[in-house]
Amino acid sequence: MERLPTKAQWQAALEARHGKALQEKFSQATVAVCGLGGLGSNIAIALARAGVGQLILIDFDKVDLTNLHRQQYKANQLGQPKTHALAENLREISPYLSLRLHTTRVTEKNFTALLKNADIICEAFDQPQAKAMLVNGVLTAFPHKYLVAASGMAGLGSANAIRTRRVAKGFYLCGDEVSDTAKGLGLLAPRVALCANHQAHMVLRLLAGELEP
Amino acid sequence: MVTINGTPQNAAGQTLADYLATTDYDPTRIAVERNGDIVPKAQYGETTLADGDVVEVVSFVGGG
Repeated sequence: MERLPTKAQWQAALEARHGKALQEKFSQATVAVCGLGGLGSNIAIALARAGVGQLILIDFDKVDLTNLHRQQYKANQLGQPKTHALAENLREISPYLSLRLHTTRVTEKNFTALLKNADIICEAFDQPQAKAMLVNGVLTAFPHKYLVAASGMAGLGSANAIRTRRVAKGFYLCGDEVSDTAKGLGLLAPRVALCANHQAHMVLRLLAGELEP
Repeated sequence: MVTINGTPQNAAGQTLADYLATTDYDPTRIAVERNGDIVPKAQYGETTLADGDVVEVVSFVGGG
């Protein structure tokens, strides 16, 4: 194996790809990912590859066999907390990435403390009640932060139905907004990853100063 | 008229809580914007919809 590039070499490679000015914006950013399932694990990998400086990763759960069909974990990580397993995978991809891990459930009581240092927050939960709780909480408590949420990515519906919409000033929503796991629709890796990457791409656009989806 | 999710409705004068009670929305799954700002859940009962308001109810579905 080749020797690991230095942090300076890594930064230079990112600057060569993205341009120095844009890469500085990515490098200086802190992005929180709430929920590390099919959405969150894919969002984190995309942001890590793009050279976002710091990620705050939050999930209470452990890697389960039923996760591996769409989430970015491996068979040898079954039973590990998702925070630790994802951190391990992200460090293999991007060794100089700064990570803050919180192995806890996000609640109305703790979300302000968990998210206060984030520039942009990604909602990546599974349950609609948890999504609504976080969106209501963040938009009320942090009116000047950006929130990129997701709703509707289950099933075999068209990939083209997944979109990003600006709902309000700092609130962006990705997904088709209708495909519900409660209707018996399964979650398929490409469509979930597509929605996750809509979220990750909106994060990068916001960091670049582009406010429209 | 109040524009709710793009459709003009006769909801002026009603509180947001009153309006939502006439709909099928599950209150535990929604977020509501009024004229571009989130309405905190605790204020649904005291937020009176006015002529010309633009309201958006986002109802989350499962999966992630």
